[in-house]
Amino acid sequence: MRDHTFAPLDCTTEPMRLNMEDVHLSLGGQPVLDGLTLCLDRPGITVLMGPNGTGKSQALRLMHGLARPDTGQILWNGHPASEMTQTQALVFQKPVLLRRSVLANIDFVLKARGGDRSRAAALLAHVGLAAKAQQPARALSGGEAQRLALARALALDPRVLLLDEPTASLDPGSVLAIERIVLAARDAGVKVVLVTHDTGQARRLADEVVFLHHGRVVEHAEASDFFPRPQTAAARDFINGRIVV
Amino acid sequence: MTFRNLTLAAMLATAPLCAQAEESIIVQSTTSTANSGLYDYLLPLFTGKTGITVNVVAVGTGQAIKNAANCDGDVLLVHAKPAEEKFVAEGRGTQRTDLMYNDFVVVGPAADPAGIAGSHDIEAALKSIADAGAAFASRGDDSGTHKAEMRLWQAAGVTPDGDWYRPTGSGMGATLNTGIGMGAYVLTDRATWINFGNKQDYQIAVEGDDAMFNQYGVIPVNPARCPAVKVDAGKAFSDWLLSPEGQEAIAGYKIDGQQLFFPNAPKVAN
Amino acid sequence: MQDFGDAFALAFGLVLNPTSDLLEIVGLSLRVSLSACLLSCLIGLPLGALLAVTRFRGRGAVLVLLNALMGLPPVVVGLLVYLALSRAGPLGFLGLLYTPTAMILAQAVLITPIVAALSRQVLEGLNDEYADQFRSLCLTRWQSMAALIRDGRTALVTVALAGFGRAVAEVGAVMIVGGNIDHLTRVMTTAIALETSKGELARALALGIVLMVIALAVNAAVQGLRTRTEAEAAHA
Repeated sequence: MRDHTFAPLDCTTEPMRLNMEDVHLSLGGQPVLDGLTLCLDRPGITVLMGPNGTGKSQALRLMHGLARPDTGQILWNGHPASEMTQTQALVFQKPVLLRRSVLANIDFVLKARGGDRSRAAALLAHVGLAAKAQQPARALSGGEAQRLALARALALDPRVLLLDEPTASLDPGSVLAIERIVLAARDAGVKVVLVTHDTGQARRLADEVVFLHHGRVVEHAEASDFFPRPQTAAARDFINGRIVV
Repeated sequence: MTFRNLTLAAMLATAPLCAQAEESIIVQSTTSTANSGLYDYLLPLFTGKTGITVNVVAVGTGQAIKNAANCDGDVLLVHAKPAEEKFVAEGRGTQRTDLMYNDFVVVGPAADPAGIAGSHDIEAALKSIADAGAAFASRGDDSGTHKAEMRLWQAAGVTPDGDWYRPTGSGMGATLNTGIGMGAYVLTDRATWINFGNKQDYQIAVEGDDAMFNQYGVIPVNPARCPAVKVDAGKAFSDWLLSPEGQEAIAGYKIDGQQLFFPNAPKVAN
Repeated sequence: MQDFGDAFALAFGLVLNPTSDLLEIVGLSLRVSLSACLLSCLIGLPLGALLAVTRFRGRGAVLVLLNALMGLPPVVVGLLVYLALSRAGPLGFLGLLYTPTAMILAQAVLITPIVAALSRQVLEGLNDEYADQFRSLCLTRWQSMAALIRDGRTALVTVALAGFGRAVAEVGAVMIVGGNIDHLTRVMTTAIALETSKGELARALALGIVLMVIALAVNAAVQGLRTRTEAEAAHA
């Protein structure tokens, strides 16, 4: 499904490549990332998987330039991640919406970032919220709020879309709607990095999988290889729904 | 409400404050004259005649003189002759003229712990208060009344000190309220006392001693020192007060048939 | 003591049948304190927002100072503004002493620290929630501050009311810089002080009751406005 409500990437634009090298990060004295090294150079959807507390969300924040590692390098196409925030959008697990109408939430970022403000209505239609444009954003259901957060992210015309467990604790209908939006973005040429610990979602969306354990990458493979043939015991147990610590 | 509405409201709220078409002057004066109600009676007469609005700032004489020395007034009307003469000598005022007088009285509770009721001898009365250790509330604020009180203590040969002597550091009315609350004697000007609304069981204990004479003077602020002074309007006010018409008006201010101030400006040939 | 009974009877009479003098005094009180409140919001809200979103060396000291300034005695503020506006002072040429404008300035100085400190507190709590999202959106500091103030508006109205309440109730500052001049700078509190000093305690208390009724009315009006805005927002 192709959609042109947000500007598709110019085909001549260089594809986005991420290099994380020997990244260490501690929070409150506890090591979270312990020598994480990762290279992403494939378009499409990369899924970060792994047990809870293994540093997936922190890795996402570092990629987005929201935090700096204690040591190690994070580069997008050779530029430090902290300089690349503008080219990306991050959707948090719990959407942070402004206390104003649904439409005004979109208009706010279009105005703040100098975007074309006439696109707001089309973006809302794209995520199925056109009918709720004038409602207070804070009164939306969890799934609607997350769709609005996605519309806002797309309003930024990101080259990379970072998603931190966007469908955690949502009902199946909402999960499906959100996955469709994510796939549409991927098809429009946006590089997607998705953190999830929903194995089913990973199977549905992933083009490639990065499996994290204890703050390191333990597997990195095409989805078509990873799910049938996981190389490590931790990944095998995780996929099969066993508890991994 | 939007910000724009608020801004508009603010403009409306402040706009009328800026427009002051008519001429006005500021008179630095004392709480005793203001509390007596004299200005409420006098000023409409002057304003009706000249169109000049007179704004009275009523503080203690000490502060009034200080304010006028800072050029924050056009006319000074207070009651502490030595300090007034010093003000003129320093070049801050053009000329000091006697305007009117009344007198100080000592008021006390009906119980009269110092046994001074009916006295006409202030020195003896103050000695009795000190000897009896009866409570005495003083202004203690460098006002004209306070300065007069200190002169009287000195004349009586008493250094007021001890538990019984209680400086309030406040205006005349506030000191009366405090003193009456404590059952203390208070030295006050007669005008304030007559007009005072919270007398309870208090009565005049001491009056009629020549030493309790209370002279008010008027001084236009010197434009040579304070260029912003409204010379003409200020002089018009002090001239009017000193004129036969103004003097008559002062004499005409009565409460319950009692005259509060007695004009005594030097007679001028008009 | 019969003053209480007299005061309530008098206050009741004044509220039902206000004299033109009373209306003038009430009007000036509201004009001065609302203007001061507005002025302090124009300064204090952005300042509070700035402190909520920025981290810099010495910020802790600034916050301690700001919190301490919340307790500024009105009479000290009055004195400072008097010294500044006096003809002998640095701003004397403006000729503002003993005008309502001087009273607005003094009250604004008094309550700006309150508005700034309280709004800092409110907006910092909000910023904890929004900071990552704002950084992700690459908002400028000004855009973040404006969005925080807008989203915190309900709580900020309470902050503004706290400032207004302190302004309209204080007497020390307006007494010194306004001079309590009849028909020019006399407001509720200085009129109360004057009636007290004249020993007219019942009248003073009656004015105090009127002041409380006004404060109540202002608070009720704001509360009503807020409920309506929220209802509109919920059903828009």
